[in-house]
Amino acid sequence: MIGVSHYLILSGLLFSIGFMGVLRRKNLLMLFFATEVMLNAVNIAFAAVGNYYGDLSGQMFAFFIIAVAASEVAVGLGLLILLYKKYGSLDLDVISSMKG
Amino acid sequence: MESLVYIALFAPFVGSLFAGLFFARSPKNIIVGIVNPALIGLSLLASIILAFYVAEHGAVHVTMMDWISAGSLHIPFGFIVDKVSVTMMIVVTTVSTVVHVYSNGYMDHDKSFNRFFSYLSAFVFSMMILVMSDNFAGLFIGWEGVGVCSWLLIGFWYHKKDVTPDINPAISPSYAANEAFIMNRIADLGMLVGIFLIYWNVGSLQYDVVFKALPHLTDGILVAIAIGLFIGAMGKSAQFPLHTWLTDAMEGPTPVSALIHAATMVTAGVFLVIRANPLFGMEAVQGVSYFIAALGTFVAFYAASMALVNRDLKRIIAYSTLSQLGYMFAAAGLGAYWIALFHLAAHAFFKALLFLGAGNVMHAMDDELDLFKMGGLKKAMRGTYIYMGVASLALAGLPPLAGYFSKDAIIETAFNEGTLVLWGMLVFTAGLTAFYSFRQVFLTFEGEERYKLFGFHPHEMYKYVLIAMSPLAILAVVAGWFQGSFHEFIITLLPEYEMSHHTHHLAGKLGLIVLAFAITGIVIAYFKYARRGEKAFKQDEKVENGFIYKLLINQYYVPDFYVEFIVKPYKAISEKFWAIDKAVVDGTVDMIAKVIYTTGDKTRTIQNGNLSSYLNWMGAGTLLLILAAAVVAVMS
Repeated sequence: MIGVSHYLILSGLLFSIGFMGVLRRKNLLMLFFATEVMLNAVNIAFAAVGNYYGDLSGQMFAFFIIAVAASEVAVGLGLLILLYKKYGSLDLDVISSMKG
Repeated sequence: MESLVYIALFAPFVGSLFAGLFFARSPKNIIVGIVNPALIGLSLLASIILAFYVAEHGAVHVTMMDWISAGSLHIPFGFIVDKVSVTMMIVVTTVSTVVHVYSNGYMDHDKSFNRFFSYLSAFVFSMMILVMSDNFAGLFIGWEGVGVCSWLLIGFWYHKKDVTPDINPAISPSYAANEAFIMNRIADLGMLVGIFLIYWNVGSLQYDVVFKALPHLTDGILVAIAIGLFIGAMGKSAQFPLHTWLTDAMEGPTPVSALIHAATMVTAGVFLVIRANPLFGMEAVQGVSYFIAALGTFVAFYAASMALVNRDLKRIIAYSTLSQLGYMFAAAGLGAYWIALFHLAAHAFFKALLFLGAGNVMHAMDDELDLFKMGGLKKAMRGTYIYMGVASLALAGLPPLAGYFSKDAIIETAFNEGTLVLWGMLVFTAGLTAFYSFRQVFLTFEGEERYKLFGFHPHEMYKYVLIAMSPLAILAVVAGWFQGSFHEFIITLLPEYEMSHHTHHLAGKLGLIVLAFAITGIVIAYFKYARRGEKAFKQDEKVENGFIYKLLINQYYVPDFYVEFIVKPYKAISEKFWAIDKAVVDGTVDMIAKVIYTTGDKTRTIQNGNLSSYLNWMGAGTLLLILAAAVVAVMS
């Protein structure tokens, strides 16, 4: 029987994968993908816990997150295109300009 | 009457502020020179009217306002004008008025003319608070006030450098000012302890309340209070061993020496003992009182002996002030408070006159103070000669001048108490006093006109200054004649002191003995210094190399002792502590700064502009926070 704990473990694994992606990836586009993975890991956890308690607000929250993520991607991808036009690359090591 | 009290008190204060308006600006403002003496004169007038009122109706007691009111501590700003304080007020304002007028002439060419008057009037105001206050706290405020003004005025010519002439190790005014201030600070600690003890045990600082409560205190407390207060008096009145500052204070302008370091401030210690006579007169503190008398007698002799050989015009007078203060303490310690107060008043007049005369001589001789460079000044300065002669006669105690009556009464008291050692010393000192005062007068005014050798062109002081000095001269002559009426006036407040029948019987003979000593002193001085012409100035090598002369000219090596055993070790310790301070306190503060600086320097590299590494740091931080939260959750 698949219980709530399985969903949470899956959510944790996905989150960790996303987190590692954020830490390791150098390409900005890949960073966006990694954050999307983390957001959706949280969505799974919300939906699972909402179902477990019989409360709809968890799933409602998941929808909100999807909506926010969609708009974020829309804006972010626009910026990425501009950045690519300016630098000819999306590598973080190349486009860093502020040094302490 | 209340408004008169305020006029007497605040007129000098207004004068000080007024002169302060012109403080640093404009080299000299003659308005200051007129308004300030007038205001002090107004204060004198108010004091005289108050004296008549007090004689008839008794003390005037006013409470101006609450000063400190916290919990059970309640100290009002109150003033009492009774017979003791009104006597002091008249003495202070009389001398002050003369000195203010005199300063017009003396400070004529000084560029800080206005500043001088501001300080001088501020001093008078502080002194009035000191004598008029109706509680120990107010007395202490005035006490500190005169101390500050004394510091300001001794160091008036603060820009002067140290000069070391052949004789008399001179020091800079700023050094002398600091010395006076620090010495007084040491003594004031004793005084503060005394005042605190009073407050602890009585719960009030009002004179009347305190004196009423005294019989209920234990003997130990009474003795402690008496010792504390007397230590304060010792500092202000420059009694041994806190006496060295007074002669160095002569670095200040001469009117200051006359007003502060002869007539008024230094007598504050005597005033304190007189004011606290219910305490010092008690059975339990007889030991302290006797010590006061013995110390006073010792200082009288000690200071007079140093004056015998000194060559500095002003320092000799300073020593004689010390000596006369010793006489006053002797009288006060033996219980003859009214005699002490009488000598205080008489001494103020003739000593101020003597100092102002010395100021005239300095003015004439371009600030030269060495007696051995003067001589024969009588032709050029007849008026000053007469004044200084009269003052010296009064100081020597020749009838019918003021000093004769007051000093004789003190010496008689010592005899009456059966303290024959004290009596003998006081009589002998009277002879010394006569000798050194006339040594000084004769060396200055008689004999060979030696100043010509050194190229001085002496000239007499301005006429109006000489006229302004005349009230002091008259008082120096006549003050003693009022002994009887002063006794009647003051005795309702101060304890009566009667000579026994035996003493009364002998009084005439005792007086003759004192007189004989005084006249002998004068005659020796006359033949040694006035009659020998050129030879009077010859310095006898044999005497000058003798032990006694060396001891006396070096002030018994007391200043050297202080330098060697107090100043230098203190400086050495201070330097050690400074090193410790630098290592520990400064070190700690510096280390904090250094740690922050290096941390910043090291962590600066984190900000490398690379988003990826920022994210890594952020991730590590988040992990750490989660870990910490988990640990805390598990622990609790």
